[in-house]
Amino acid sequence: MKSVDARRLLCPLPVIRAQDAVADLQPGDLLRVRCTDPGVLHDIPAWCRVHGHEVCEIDEQEDTITITIRVGSD
Amino acid sequence: MPEPRKAIALISGGLDSLLAARVMMDQGVHVEGINFYTGFCVEGHTHAIRKKDRARPKRNNALWVAEQLGIKLHIVDIIEEYKDVVINPKHGYGSNLNPCLDCKVFMVNKAREWIDANGFDCIITGEVIGQRPMSQRRDTMPVVARESGAGDRLVRPLCAKNLPPTRPEQEGWLDRDQLHDFNGRSRKPQMALAAHYGFEDYAQPAGGCCFLTDRQYSVKLADLWATRGKREYEIDDIMLLKVGRHLRPRPNFKLIVGREEGENRYLEGYRKRFVHMLPTSHRGPLVLIDGEPDAADIELAARLTARFSQGRDAECVTIEVTGKDGASRARAVKPYPAGQVPADWYL
Repeated sequence: MKSVDARRLLCPLPVIRAQDAVADLQPGDLLRVRCTDPGVLHDIPAWCRVHGHEVCEIDEQEDTITITIRVGSD
Repeated sequence: MPEPRKAIALISGGLDSLLAARVMMDQGVHVEGINFYTGFCVEGHTHAIRKKDRARPKRNNALWVAEQLGIKLHIVDIIEEYKDVVINPKHGYGSNLNPCLDCKVFMVNKAREWIDANGFDCIITGEVIGQRPMSQRRDTMPVVARESGAGDRLVRPLCAKNLPPTRPEQEGWLDRDQLHDFNGRSRKPQMALAAHYGFEDYAQPAGGCCFLTDRQYSVKLADLWATRGKREYEIDDIMLLKVGRHLRPRPNFKLIVGREEGENRYLEGYRKRFVHMLPTSHRGPLVLIDGEPDAADIELAARLTARFSQGRDAECVTIEVTGKDGASRARAVKPYPAGQVPADWYL
């Protein structure tokens, strides 16, 4: 699974990092994004919805939020 | 069935770009959104940093607009390229350090590059003649079209009837009669059109969406350039200008004082790059010292740090001072009297 470290970045940079990583992936691939800005709890799912990706899991551990995305077909 | 014509809409997250995109979609045009991140965007940053703001529901307005419209949104990092726009604006600044006309030219040019690379037909903006004093005037609208290279592929659906026909209109796939003739600073036509489409809860930022239009932020950026002797910045510089109180007691250093827990935590991430101070005998802020302070400056900075601690009325406050080498030393200081901090030290 491809991973992106977006810790200490403020939104929308984690979204941009995820977007750039997804551009190199195939439909069905998984991407894990590690973040610290709680804004990602809203922004990454919103970005996934407009692009047809699926949020598989959101894991919050202390200050780190890890979001796993399955790349959509479009 | 022929492929629909395709347009990219500059989406700021405000009402005008939302409506402009929607008007085009009404005519069967395939619209996708593009949003540029400059580093100066107001969107969410102070919200993300300050603890008191975290409890409020947050959203990225550009993504919200995309969801309302059911379109894709491409968010583009232009932090590095944008520096030249801020530092050397060909058309100058607005009332603060806002290079609005150069900014619009730059963003439309980036959108032009995007449509050329992706086979789209035109660019949409939510501009309205007379809406903004610098970038949205009758005489500057052609400047944006010309200098961006977009030319007649730049469509402003909200005021198109007040402008010469664009290429989509000339080619007959965009009906000019269904475009609008908005003009001036009144928001009533936009609000009426929003009601027509059933849009509610749209963003209405009072001070725009860019920190460069903010007087206090611009003062801090100008101070940064003046004291460094050169007009340049890195992303961390402009992020730190959004956080804390900034006091410059001497030309060679300034203090960045965390105002609350969230800001202190954010400044923590930068402390290894700066001489920094933390009260240990009383609760108080983390303070970064930006510059090259001498021994007397360190004493002054420690007294100011004590002034912003809960020991501000105490005879003595202990401040832990840590150098860039990581070595710490405790200093006992008398807090600087609150009423004696000169107003012009505050940036």
